[in-house]
Amino acid sequence: MNSMYNNTLIKMAVAFRAVVSFLTIAGCDPDETQTVAEFNNLVMHDEFDTDGVPDNTLWTYDIGTGPGNDGWGNNELQYYTDRTENATVENGYLLLTAKEESFNGSSYTSARITSQGLFEQAYGRFEARIRVPYGKGYWPAFWLLGNDCAQNVWPQCGEIDIMEYLGDQPTTVFGSAHGPGYSAGDAITKEYVLENDRFDTGFHVFGIEWAPDYINYYVDDVLYQQITKEDVLEETNGEGEWVFDHPFYIILNVAIGGNLPGSPNAETVFPQTMLVDYVRVYQQ
Amino acid sequence: MKHIKFNYFKNLGFALLTLGLIMGCERDLSDEAVLATFSNTAEIFTDVPVGLTDDFFVSFDPVEGANTEGFGTDDNVAYEGTSSIRIDVPTPTDPNGGFIGGIFRDRGEGRDLTGFDALTFWAKGSTTATVGLFGFGTDFEENKYAVSIENIELSTDWRKITIPIPDASKLTQEKGMFIFSAGTESTSGAGYTFWMDEIKFENLGTIRLQNPFIFSGQDLEIDAFIGANQRLTDLGAVFNLTNGQNQSMSVAPSYFDFESTNSAVTGAFSINIAGQAFTSIVGTMGTAVITAQLADVLAVGSLTINAAGAFPHAPVPMRAAANVTSLFSDAYANVPVRHYNGFFAPFQTTQGGSGIDPNDVDIQAPFANGSLDNIINYTVLNFVSIGMYETVPNIDVSQRTHLHVDINVRENIDASDFIRIQLESGTGGGSISGGSSVLSSTLLRNVDANGWASLDIPLSNFSGFTDPSNLGQLFFISDGTISDIWVDNVYFYNP
Repeated sequence: MNSMYNNTLIKMAVAFRAVVSFLTIAGCDPDETQTVAEFNNLVMHDEFDTDGVPDNTLWTYDIGTGPGNDGWGNNELQYYTDRTENATVENGYLLLTAKEESFNGSSYTSARITSQGLFEQAYGRFEARIRVPYGKGYWPAFWLLGNDCAQNVWPQCGEIDIMEYLGDQPTTVFGSAHGPGYSAGDAITKEYVLENDRFDTGFHVFGIEWAPDYINYYVDDVLYQQITKEDVLEETNGEGEWVFDHPFYIILNVAIGGNLPGSPNAETVFPQTMLVDYVRVYQQ
Repeated sequence: MKHIKFNYFKNLGFALLTLGLIMGCERDLSDEAVLATFSNTAEIFTDVPVGLTDDFFVSFDPVEGANTEGFGTDDNVAYEGTSSIRIDVPTPTDPNGGFIGGIFRDRGEGRDLTGFDALTFWAKGSTTATVGLFGFGTDFEENKYAVSIENIELSTDWRKITIPIPDASKLTQEKGMFIFSAGTESTSGAGYTFWMDEIKFENLGTIRLQNPFIFSGQDLEIDAFIGANQRLTDLGAVFNLTNGQNQSMSVAPSYFDFESTNSAVTGAFSINIAGQAFTSIVGTMGTAVITAQLADVLAVGSLTINAAGAFPHAPVPMRAAANVTSLFSDAYANVPVRHYNGFFAPFQTTQGGSGIDPNDVDIQAPFANGSLDNIINYTVLNFVSIGMYETVPNIDVSQRTHLHVDINVRENIDASDFIRIQLESGTGGGSISGGSSVLSSTLLRNVDANGWASLDIPLSNFSGFTDPSNLGQLFFISDGTISDIWVDNVYFYNP
């Protein structure tokens, strides 16, 4: 149903590459031989149309404060639970709700659902329609993690952040890729700023088109970033490794506090909910 | 192509025919159905004022200390273009006036602002001083949709200031384009300059209403006697701005819809002459909870009113009218006054006593016989005056020897608390002189069973009050030591 949209996006992507190529490496254009991938085949989707707990054939929970008990490596403040107060499906939406409450030694609860072991895929178009919370300390995300992190310790297993957002910057999201030589604060990343709108007052579509040679990042109908194998090498002085050739799984979560967003302040409103209208994954 | 063109004209012809029929048949209806719309011009000042009155800047009243000299434009400083508005904030002792402020008003019948969500402009200061107030919606007429942000710290570089429109659907014909007020409270009295540029309404799309509030967001509970006009104050809203920062703002009552849970306790909601919302207590028993909505969002804060029964009246004066010159009493014909509260911005905090009508102030409590007893209720008192000047003549009390006033202090009285009564002559034209007399805590504690201190003060106590034939103002001054009082039966007399 979305093939027109998809084609438009791909054309934009090609145009974008063409402009970049013309400006930077005219005469030596790798795009001339590139096959542009089109992802039209819907292979997984959750429209969140059934009230109750999230579909357990697609989603599972990360619970607690992380394997190292260190706020998931970021000093995040929340305790993730599988309670319906924190994760539920209602009226056509997945609701991930962060609450301010004492719980198992943490001051906040929230939820992080993943498709680990249930849906994992290399390449494709991953997109979700989401409305985020706002306020200092909120750090919701829609992202992918390599399914081999148990064997190849992060960042070797790879991470693709389709959408991250900090609640004290309500008009800005960012998309990133993490791998060996470019992770955490040194990830390859780019911001996208909404004009005349903000991300917490309405729904927006966040997606990537992930092919063997590139990852395109888009918000609604705007392609705002492309990360290629060449970019990884350029950004890391040839040290970085492209690790996006194996299956990844999907994560949706609302983190509170931690190194990146900083702690909530007195004005931050709790509870608040990230609403997800749908998650859809396409293949070539 | 030809085919398409033919279709086009055919359809247009049909459309015109239809239009003609409608106009022919229903001319009256279509004329009546057309709603008047007003200019939706966004700009207020770019390099020049846009669509403002010829005088451009309408100052606060110089009589109240506003400085009209410090306003101008500056062709050497601009955020964008060639010119900006320059404000030279005076020192408190500046002979031209100790603070500066005023409004810009639309030169026409007002503007349609329904397509915007904020007023924005750029400002910078000669120093990082704090400006008292920026806003819009004040037109020096009704001030119906006044909105303001307060205590805004300037930067010495240009910074964008955003004042959200609480509910733009209300602003179909707004004349009050901009208001500012600045003093030197933040600079210990040192004057400074600030510039403003690119003042305009915008449809940002990037701000959100976090919550409206009433009573500063508090849930208050009070006991109220029948007849009291209960004010609904400290109204505002918190918006989350484009930059993620919260901005709290004061919002006029006309943006709000008020609701009471018990119409046997509270009457209709109205707005007094000071622009404050109030409701009258109409019952002697029961409880009502007052809440409000702004743009269909429930405001934080509420007021629970417990009806406390019949009002504890002050003693009814018995002196012969021939021996009395009354400023405020139901027992006598009162002299005309300019005000029972001048609301002297920015230094006066006192609320209550709004209006000039002694039969419509704060409390109208029925006596047993059904007639009404009017009482002033000053709250947040620091100072306040009853004024007889400008719009009314000064009054002559040279034939009187005493001042009577009944005061009922509505809070605990500490030993150091006081109310100083000051009499000022010559206000509004003559040469100013006067004197004062202090009511000590002892005097104010000496009350009747209803809590009233009835005070009879010889005018000879007011040392310096030498011009009694031109009395212009009677002040109650507590300097904040006492904040909540009822006042009744203010009159001069011969025993």
